[in-house]
Formats: sequence, C-alpha cells, structure tokens
Amino acid sequence: MDKLKLPDMDYVALLPMLALFVAACLGVIIEALVPRRFRNIIQLVLSIVALAVAMFFVVKQSGEVVASKALTAGGAIMIDHAALFLQGALIVLGFVALLLFGERSLEFGGPFVAQAAVTVGSERDREQTGRELGSTETFPLALFSLSGMLLFVSANDLLTMFVALEVFSLPLYLLCALARRKRLLSQESALKYFLLGAYASAFFLFGVAMVYGFAKAVDFKAIHAEALLGEGNSLLLIIGLALLAIGLLFKVAAAPFHVWTPDVYQGAPTPVTAFMASCTKVAAFGGLLRVLYVGFDGLGWQFTPVLGAIAALTVLVGSILAVTQTDLKRLLAYSSVANAGYILIGVIAGQQLGLTSVLFYLVAYGFTVIAAFALISLVRDADGEATHLSRWAGLGARSPLYAGIFTFILLAFAGIPLTSGFIAKLSVFGAAIDGGQTWLVIIGVITSIILAFPYLRVVVMMWLSEPGESTPSVSIPGGLTSTALGIGTLATLVFGVVPGPLLDLAEKASSFVR
Amino acid sequence: MLSNLWLLFAIPAASATILLLSGKRALKWGPWLGVIAPAISFVLGLIMFFQLRDLNPRVTEQNLWSFIPVGDLQVSFGLMFDPLTAVFVLLITGVGSLIHLYAVGYMAHDERRVTFFGYFNLFITAMLLLVLGNNYVMLYLGWEGVGLASYLLISFWYTRPSAATAGKKAFIMNRVGDAGFILAIFLMFAYLNTVNYGQVFERVGSLSANTMLILGLLLLLGACGKSGQFPLQAWLPDAMEGPTPVSALIHAATMVTAGVYVIARSNPVFSANTTLQLIVVSVGTITLLLGCIIGCAKDDIKRVLAWSTVSQIGYMFLGVGLGGGAYALAIIHLLAHGFFKANMFLGAGSVMHGMKDQVDIRRFGALSKYMKITWLTFMMGWLAIIGIPPLSGYFTKEPIIAAAFERGDWTSWLFGWAALLGALLTAFYMTRLFVLTFHGPKRWTEGQHPHESPPVMWIPLVFLAIGSVVAGYLMHTSVVDWLNPVFAGVENVPEYEPVMPHWLISVLGVAFAVLGAGLAWAIFGRGTALEPEPAGVVVTAARNNLYTDAFNEVVFEKPGRWLTRALVYVDNKGVDGVVNGLAALVGGGSGRMRRLQTGFVRSYALSMLLGGVLVLGALLAVRLG
Repeated sequence: MDKLKLPDMDYVALLPMLALFVAACLGVIIEALVPRRFRNIIQLVLSIVALAVAMFFVVKQSGEVVASKALTAGGAIMIDHAALFLQGALIVLGFVALLLFGERSLEFGGPFVAQAAVTVGSERDREQTGRELGSTETFPLALFSLSGMLLFVSANDLLTMFVALEVFSLPLYLLCALARRKRLLSQESALKYFLLGAYASAFFLFGVAMVYGFAKAVDFKAIHAEALLGEGNSLLLIIGLALLAIGLLFKVAAAPFHVWTPDVYQGAPTPVTAFMASCTKVAAFGGLLRVLYVGFDGLGWQFTPVLGAIAALTVLVGSILAVTQTDLKRLLAYSSVANAGYILIGVIAGQQLGLTSVLFYLVAYGFTVIAAFALISLVRDADGEATHLSRWAGLGARSPLYAGIFTFILLAFAGIPLTSGFIAKLSVFGAAIDGGQTWLVIIGVITSIILAFPYLRVVVMMWLSEPGESTPSVSIPGGLTSTALGIGTLATLVFGVVPGPLLDLAEKASSFVR
Repeated sequence: MLSNLWLLFAIPAASATILLLSGKRALKWGPWLGVIAPAISFVLGLIMFFQLRDLNPRVTEQNLWSFIPVGDLQVSFGLMFDPLTAVFVLLITGVGSLIHLYAVGYMAHDERRVTFFGYFNLFITAMLLLVLGNNYVMLYLGWEGVGLASYLLISFWYTRPSAATAGKKAFIMNRVGDAGFILAIFLMFAYLNTVNYGQVFERVGSLSANTMLILGLLLLLGACGKSGQFPLQAWLPDAMEGPTPVSALIHAATMVTAGVYVIARSNPVFSANTTLQLIVVSVGTITLLLGCIIGCAKDDIKRVLAWSTVSQIGYMFLGVGLGGGAYALAIIHLLAHGFFKANMFLGAGSVMHGMKDQVDIRRFGALSKYMKITWLTFMMGWLAIIGIPPLSGYFTKEPIIAAAFERGDWTSWLFGWAALLGALLTAFYMTRLFVLTFHGPKRWTEGQHPHESPPVMWIPLVFLAIGSVVAGYLMHTSVVDWLNPVFAGVENVPEYEPVMPHWLISVLGVAFAVLGAGLAWAIFGRGTALEPEPAGVVVTAARNNLYTDAFNEVVFEKPGRWLTRALVYVDNKGVDGVVNGLAALVGGGSGRMRRLQTGFVRSYALSMLLGGVLVLGALLAVRLG
C-alpha cells in the first residue's frame, strides 16, 4: 500500500479564509457564554477584527503571487491575482454590510428577531417584537457565509467549488428568515430561497458528474486539457457545462433563473439583502468567471451565443419588470437582476478587457447597492421600514439630505456620468464592443434607458410631490448605518470621478492561473 | 516669472471666488480686494513683459495639464505669452485696474457691490484666459467666460426690466456668434486634427480654398458677435444698461475687442484668402459707417458712446481685414481706443454721478464750470477720438485710413473714402456730445446740483486722459515693431502704393475732423431743443438704429419662431407619439410579465427547469449544428 501523502498546505495563503472561519466559530461560542446585552458589540468587534486580519493577509499576499506556487491545499485552491482581488472585494463589501447588521439605534433590538422559532402572531411573538434584543447569531452566520465565498472564488476544482457553494448558501437561507418585522414574509422568502437553491445545487452537482464523466477529473486544468484534446464524448462535456451554468446563473440571478430574487430581496431583513446583493453577486460571478475562463476556455467559447441570449433576456426582464414595481426593495431586486445581465455582458466580452470591466463593475455596484439598502432601512414608520413607493412621495421636502443621497444613488444605478455606475457600464460596454458583441451593447443601452424610468420615477416622487400624512419620517441613522451609507455613497462618487486607480487594480488582477 | 503665467489669471480668479463666497461680510474690504487683484496681475504682467523683451524668439508656451484627452483630440490647458498677448495683458490689467478703482467710488452706495466686484474679477480672469491660451479651445473657454461675466454685469441691476432684457439680448446674440466660433473649432479638428495655434497655422495651407473660406467665415461670425459688428451689433448699445464701469471695461475697452484679437491671432488663416479679407474689410466698413450715422442721432450719452465703440471697432476690423502691415495698426488703434473710450465712459459716469443719473444730453449743458476735472479729461478723450494731432487717435486711426487707400485696385477708393467719411461723422457726433454736455446753456431738469466726483473717481480719469494724449505717439512705431514677430508670416504680401499721396490723406483726415467738429459746434454751440423734434427721413432712420432691429426681427426672429413652432408641432405629434407608444408598450409588457411572478415556488421551479432545458438544448444545438 502506498504511503498516504499529505497535501501541501500554504497556510499563509489560506489565512484570510481561516481567519473568518475561526472568528465564526468563536462567535458561536460567544453566543453560548456571553450575556445577551453584550453580544452585539462583541460580535461586531470580533467580526471587524477578523475581516481586518483577513484583509491584511489578502493585501500582503497580493504582492507575492507566483504563478507556480499559487496552487495550494493539494490542488484544491488557487490563490492567483483574480482570486485575491475578489477576496479583497468580498471582505471590504462584507465589512460595510456587517455594519448594517450591528445597527441598533433605528429600532429597539436591531433588525433581527430575538427567537426565530416563536410562532408568528402568537402572544410570545408580540412580546419579543417590541421588547427583546435581536439575535446575534447573524454575525457568525455571515462570517461562515463570507468564508465560503472566499473559498468559492478561489476553488480550483468543481468539488471544492460545490462545497464552497453550500458553505456560503446555507447561512444565507437562515439569515433571510430572521427579520424582526413582517416575519411571515421573511420566513416565506427563506423557504423559497432554500428550496430553489437546493434545486439549483442539484443541477450543479449533476453538472460536476457529467464533466467528470468526460474528463475523468474535476480540476479545471485537467478539464481544460481534455476539452482542448477533444477526445472522448464531448456531449457529456456540453451537458455538464449547461448544468453547471444553471447552478451558477441561479446565484447571480440571471433570467430565467432569477425568479427567487424579488421575493427574497423583499422578505429578507434589509441588512441581509444588502449583504446578498453585494457579496453574493461578487462571489457568484467570481466562480462563473473561473469556470468559464479557466475550465471551459478550451471549448473555444462556443457557449457565447447561448450566454449572450441569457444576458439579453436578463437585462430585458430586469428592466421591463422594474417599470411596474411599487415596492422599493422589489424594484432594487429587479434592478439587481438587470445589473447581473450587464455584468454577464462583460463576462461574454472575454479577453482581459472583459475581465477587468467585470471586476470593476462588481466592486462599484457592490458599494452602491449597499448604500441604497442602508438608506431604505432609514425610512420607517411604526410598522418598520416603509418600502412602498407611494410612501416615499415628498421625502425631498422632509429630509433633503437623505433624499439627495438616494437620488445620487439612483442616478448611479441609471449610469449617469460622475458616478461609478457610468464608468462601470462604459467599461463593460466598451469591452463588449471590443469583443464583437455589439448587439448585446445595443440591447444593454436600450434597457438602460428603460431602467432610467423607474429610477427617475422615484426621484420625481421624492422631490416633486408634496409630503402627505403618510410620508414616513427618516430616522436619524446611528453611527454604523451612517458609516455604511457614507462609505457606499463616497465610493460611488470617487469611482465615478477618479476611476483610474480601481481600474488599474482590476486590470492587474484580471489574470487567472491555470 | 515667465514660467508662472498661470498666476496672471489665478490671482483675480482667487479674488473673485473669495468675493462671491463672502457676500455681505466683505462690504468694507471687498471692493478694495477687487481692485488689488487686477493691480497685482498688472505688475506681474509688466515684469513678464520686460522678461519677454529679452527672449529670442519672443514667445513662451507652457502646457499646464491635459485638458481634454479624448482619442485623437488632445487639448492641453496650455498658455502662451507672445508680444500680442503681452500688450493685451497690459491693456486688460492696466485699464482694468483703473476702472476697478473708479468703480469703488461709483458703486460705493450699492448694497451688492461685493458681488459686483466678484463678477468684475471673474471677467478679468476670463479675459486673461482668452488672450493667454495657446489653442482655440482655451480661447473659447475665456470667450464663454467673458460672455457670462458680461451677461451677469449687464443685468446686474436685474430688478430693472430693461437691464434684464438687455442682458438676455446680449447673451442670445452672442450665442449666434459663439455657434460660429465653436463650429470653426470643430472644423479645425476635423480637417487639421489640431486646435493648437502653431499647428493650425502650419497646416492651414493644406486646406482647400473653400474650406479655408468657411473656416474664416465661421471665425468671423464669432468675432462679429463678440465685437458688436454688423449684422450682430444690436446688443452692444443695449448693454449700456449695466453700471457705467462695466460699459467702460467690458463694452468699450476690452471684451468687445476680442473679435479683433481672434482675427489678428488667426492672421495666417485670414491672410491666405483674399475673398475672406474682402469680407472682413466690408464688415468693418459697413459697421463703422453704421455706427457713425446712428451715433449722430442718439441723445443718451452712453448710447452715443456705445455706437461710437461699434464704429471704432469697425475701424479695427477694417485694419485686420486689410492684412499685411495693417494688422499691427488695428492693434494699436485697439489699445489707444481702450484708453480714450474708457476715459470717456468713465467721464460720462462722472457726469451721471453729478446729475442724479441723468443720461439725456439734451438735459445737460454748461457742465464745464461745475465739473472741471471731468470736463478736461473728457476733452482729451474727445480730441483723441476725432484724430486731432498730436493726440493718440491721430497716430492710430489715420494710418488705418491710409492703409485703406493702399489695396491696389478700385476698392481703395471705396474703402478709403468710406473711412474718411467715417472720420468726418465721428468728429461731428462726438463734438455734438461734448458741446451739448459741457458747453452752451443749462438745460437741466429741476433740482440738479452738479458737482465734481470724489478723488477715487477722478484719479483714474486723469491717468486715462494722460493715456489718451500720449499713448498714440508712444505706440505708433514702437508697438508696431514689437508686434512684428506675431505678424511676421504675412510680411511677404505685395505692397501697393496708395492711390493718393500719404501727406494728402493725413491732411484730409485732419481737415475732415476739424470740419466735422466745427459744423457740430456751429449747430449745437447754442444748445438744442429739450425733446427730439420731428426730423427728416435720414435722422428718423438713424434714431431707429437704421431699422437694423426691425430687419433682425423680420429676417431672423420671425422665421426662427415659425421654425420653433413647426418643430414643437412635429415633436408633440410625431416624436412624442413614438416615445409614448414605446413607453406604453414597455409598461404593458411589464404588467403582463408580472403575472408570471406568481409567488408560488412550484412555478418558479418549473420556469427554472424550462430555462435549463432551453439552455441545454441551445448549447447542444450550437455544438451539433
């Protein structure tokens, strides 16, 4: 019998993931040992420290990438420039979103329910809604999810990728169910997300099996080599790719696999929605990029027309459905679907230019969308957040500052110059034209115009309507939400005015190691 | 010092910013800050002027930063300091500082004087940018800047409807010219691939004659708009609604001469096409006569001066249109005019100051006894503009008239005699203005107690009067030589002999001036009626600006309105219809698609399955097909 050989582990390279994972485990222990009223602050500090440590090692590592040594953990994990960029983006966006998790000044006890198991509408439930501190397991859950995401964007084989997918998805299903208000909606969204997520995971797993049937291996290098060679039953490879793609496109919310998005975005607690809209998108696109650029590059991009059709469908569905939405969170959900389509256009563009534009778009959009949801969490009445569009009428007269910021964010979504949204769209479309996908750019521009309508309608409602009886007040945000809102808005402005540094960074990061 | 050209406009820009931001808090020190800023620029300009003298060649350029880097279009925020720029910088900051100083007294009781000085400094900044740029885009930046400052200052007393209207009129008529100018810039970029002066002039020879003509005409349109030349002259007299220092600085001495600057700066373009030159000369001649004739019939002291400005710039256009050596003559006339016209405008302001803002010259008279300094300084300006030797106008206007006689064909007679006739009329109407204001019987309205203005106002007048007397003699050879390098490229044009001997032209010029002045003195020496009397066809026409406003209304405004209405109709019925239809389509589609979002997880799963089947099928189709 051969001696068992231990896989070589580059622990320094894995430290970002390990830091988050350890912190998450510590968080679970804290839940058990520390009194309730101290937990929020301790968990928050612990999470931020863990994120800071992780970020430190990501930055340190990024200066020391060597292509021959990038592969580690027995060939399961690839720490290359792209992986480090995505991990860095995830950590920064995760940090901003976690600030929203910790906010307790908007509502007594924070945005999360105290005990999710209590039956909705019961005596006990009414008691806990008003009087009990929210659960703080949300922090370890988010950290588990984030560590899964870090693994997902650096996974070098399909099995690791699948494990990472589950690691980052399962905590999200739980988080969705933890809203303090409108708990039925929240639980419904969690269940839907869980069912459909499991369904999509099954597709993904079948895909892995098919690809293994073709290549007799699950790591990307081998798949690439086999695909180039072209021997064996390529039908298996194509079917495998299609099934894998379905699993991944579900996560990025591309049509027709987007159906869960509006319901989940609406039902989930707003901080969790912000977390999903920014971080999940980065992770899912990171994984998709690696599968397509590293694993299936050998197919000669035969899948481009199909992906192109999906991108076109996604932007059309997202933009057209956004037009008639009356709930702000649903509106932003459809906007997020459309944005997934724009990023997909960048993915299809191919080459380094496409990759750069996608990386830039992910970061820029992540900041803006967190700021948007942070603002939504501020506008509330006695029943919690007032997300119906009609309730925002005349907000400009009530609180010009926040209406102004939201206007700016909406303009960024619409892609108006001097915002990061403009630069992001410009670079994606530019890359697509370079890559010969002019038809997608035309559709992209048309849908951008359609999307401008729902955005501007909100702007018009806020500024040009008289505030009525039902116009809710804007809560003065606590330090955490203000910081998150400030960072998101500032990033939207800065990346719009001086996009150079981030674009350079994205360009340097836009290379995968096979 | 020459390496820091940006300081010239940065100082007034900083001052303008401070003034506009501090508002009422700066009521005490604000005006003085406003005076000091251009004065510092003037000192810097002087130092740079002397440093430039020691350079060989006498030009320095610097690109501060990349201004518009888009593909092939690379425009830098570039500055250039050469002899032409140098004299303009000295004129703008020198005369500008004096007028700022005057304005401290003139605006002393205005509540918004800090804002006024903010705008005034803004104007200086923009005007300096205009002359300091080393490419047409920088020129355009300053061009629009002075346009904005001009608009803000004309309608400075915006509560008066007439001032608000005049501001709008100036702005809109300038837009017509600006459109020409910006089209010219586009044309340069399209055909020459550059907007930089040096490169444009190098490559301009490669253009076809027609392209060159169009380029020149577009530039000319811009120049006419800014300089109040025919057919875009109507805004300038109305611009006198602004405070008098504004009229003196912007609408007499500096901004309105920007058109002359553009043509002089673009001399390689204009010299290369004789048709173009003929058009410029014609525009100048028509305008100078138009201005003179209308000037004879006006009773508002500032409007007479305004029409006289129109007419004098006509002389300058005549000069730059003649080309060759006349470029430099036009520039020295511009400089001399800067002095004597600013002098007379400020004198007019001083008169208004003493006469409770009365502007009707029929209601003045005998003021020489009450406002001695104003009278004497105004007299210097008057003698200078009508060209009595040895004052400055004689040395600068007479050579232009002589040059007009040197075109070498029958047009010499036409333009030469037109220019001489202009000199006669100028002498007539300026003497009428002078006599009716300062001499003859009192025709004041009741309750007038004219008095001399405070020193802060008459000291600038004295300086400007000295300039009016000596500037022409000092400049008529030295500045012409100084400007030589700028117009060196046009030296080799053929020189023609004048159709009349030079001495005869000089004698005729002076004789016409004396004749015109004498006529006016004889008619108006004993005063005039208090109200305009019914008069013949010519005078009535002149009183109505020779019907040029009516002409503009019929030829441009009415068709413009019809076009607007037609476009609005097409927009409402056609474009909006299509747009609304599309919007309805999207909205309807959205409403229908929403029904697919049932909220049932089973139907979501089904749609995912169908999507999966489609993706799989499509991929296989691509692979197998």
